[in-house]
Amino acid sequence: MDIQIRDLTHTYPTGVEALGGVSLDIAAGARVVLLGQNGAGKTTLVKHFNGLLKPTRGSVRIGDWDTREHSIAQLARRVGFVFQNPDDQLFKTSVEDEIAVGPTYLQIAPDEIQARVAYALDVCALNAVRAAHPYDLSPWQRRWVAIASVVAMRTPIVILDEPTTGQDAVGLARLARLLEEWRAQKVTVVVVTHDVDFAVEHFGDVCLMAGGKLLARGGAEVFAETAHVSRAALDLPQLMRLAQALGLARLPAHAEEFVDALAHENGS
Amino acid sequence: MPNLFVEQLSFKYLHATTPALQGVTCTLQEGAVTAIVGANGAGKSTLCYALAGFIPHFFQGAMQGRVRVNGKDTKETPLADLVTQVGMVFQNPFNQISGAKLTVTEEIAFGLENLGIARDEMQARVNDALDLFGLRAAASQSPLVLSGGQQQRLALASIFVMQAPVMILDEPTSQLDPDGTRQVMETIETLAAQGRTIVLVEHKLEWIARLAARVLVLDQGALVADGAPREILERANEWGLNETRYARAARLARERAVRKNDARLPQTLEQAVEWFQH
Repeated sequence: MDIQIRDLTHTYPTGVEALGGVSLDIAAGARVVLLGQNGAGKTTLVKHFNGLLKPTRGSVRIGDWDTREHSIAQLARRVGFVFQNPDDQLFKTSVEDEIAVGPTYLQIAPDEIQARVAYALDVCALNAVRAAHPYDLSPWQRRWVAIASVVAMRTPIVILDEPTTGQDAVGLARLARLLEEWRAQKVTVVVVTHDVDFAVEHFGDVCLMAGGKLLARGGAEVFAETAHVSRAALDLPQLMRLAQALGLARLPAHAEEFVDALAHENGS
Repeated sequence: MPNLFVEQLSFKYLHATTPALQGVTCTLQEGAVTAIVGANGAGKSTLCYALAGFIPHFFQGAMQGRVRVNGKDTKETPLADLVTQVGMVFQNPFNQISGAKLTVTEEIAFGLENLGIARDEMQARVNDALDLFGLRAAASQSPLVLSGGQQQRLALASIFVMQAPVMILDEPTSQLDPDGTRQVMETIETLAAQGRTIVLVEHKLEWIARLAARVLVLDQGALVADGAPREILERANEWGLNETRYARAARLARERAVRKNDARLPQTLEQAVEWFQH
């Protein structure tokens, strides 16, 4: 399912204009990452996708639905959302009950709910804590409970707001595998993150935002546009910084690409 | 002079089946940044809670061993006294907001009010903190409408103003963008240079390499390594840590014989430039 954003402006009741005319098309099955400093408008943008926010001007369409004409509850059938603070979406007394909430709301058959919960527990490595109260878990585990809840919904669109926060190497690898599963299932995925290294390694569609506007969109080459990177107040990914410092011709996204570029420079 | 002693510390939360900490012993020097790293679930936050006195005074469970802060045994010292010695910024900044104050300014001043700090002194400290942590523009806003990054800065500011000689920072930049992270890390470096004892839990190993004088590694509740950053971080993969891309690229370059350099793997940009130009 695709997302179409046309000239989207959002002004909060405080008077702050957080988005100033953003237009963006996200194709069905695409995997997009939004990068930008705090206050760039990333979270404000994605909250329009599930109807938590409505446009001040402009429009957002989720498939054939204009979000202004549908409630949050209706949009939840199409858009799964993992909040920046997972505690904002956890309210059951056990992990497996929490994961079952979404499919139950969708009136999925009980045995199918059970299967989805089992799958989500497995993919998110939560089997050992399935009976635990979510608030007895560490913050990084609660983030995975929130992710598992969205996995179980099987919505055609998934939004993850800062899923890399607090993740160790195992957690990031698990997140990467989940992104691949969603790619295979042709789920449209939009991720907001500050982790530019993770972003460049796992996303071929990068959107840079600053001051409520979309600055640039593209593959890893967006990082070569110094003016945009500077305006977005981003650091280059580590290997791109190193490549620049060493005077390499290419800006690599992965360690393998970096070493290939070095080997090429060596003539080996 | 060291002012934080941890002696054979073990702790099991009340309903847990396994201990979160097992026999941890270390001393932490003042005027330095000591980093605590480890995979998720290794016990980092639990150790922080014990250093700050929240274990045993807030979290229920079985504690063995002892923690002494500036000579005071945390088991025998009330939390109200310990907070003047140790400030802690929690891993989740959303949990640190009191909910009792209507503005950012008031939130920052909250701890000082509870300590009975004189009004002039309070205002001076709060003003410094608003500027240091980039919160001046949000001074009159409700803490509850701040972004995640702003709430994290607010948590840092609220603890900073308490001027405790020991600061425990549990993933203090998790919600921050690169600029925000840099500003906080530079502030941490300044505070350490001014003589504060800083304990820093971080997943961003490049910053650990830049700031920390020493790195402690926790693995399944046990202290498994203690040493200089570059020496410890070279084994990041062994402990499930987020290896820097510099180290990853250097390792790969060595494996593929694109570089023959036996020096320790680089962890910062500067170290990497030197390593690859060798």
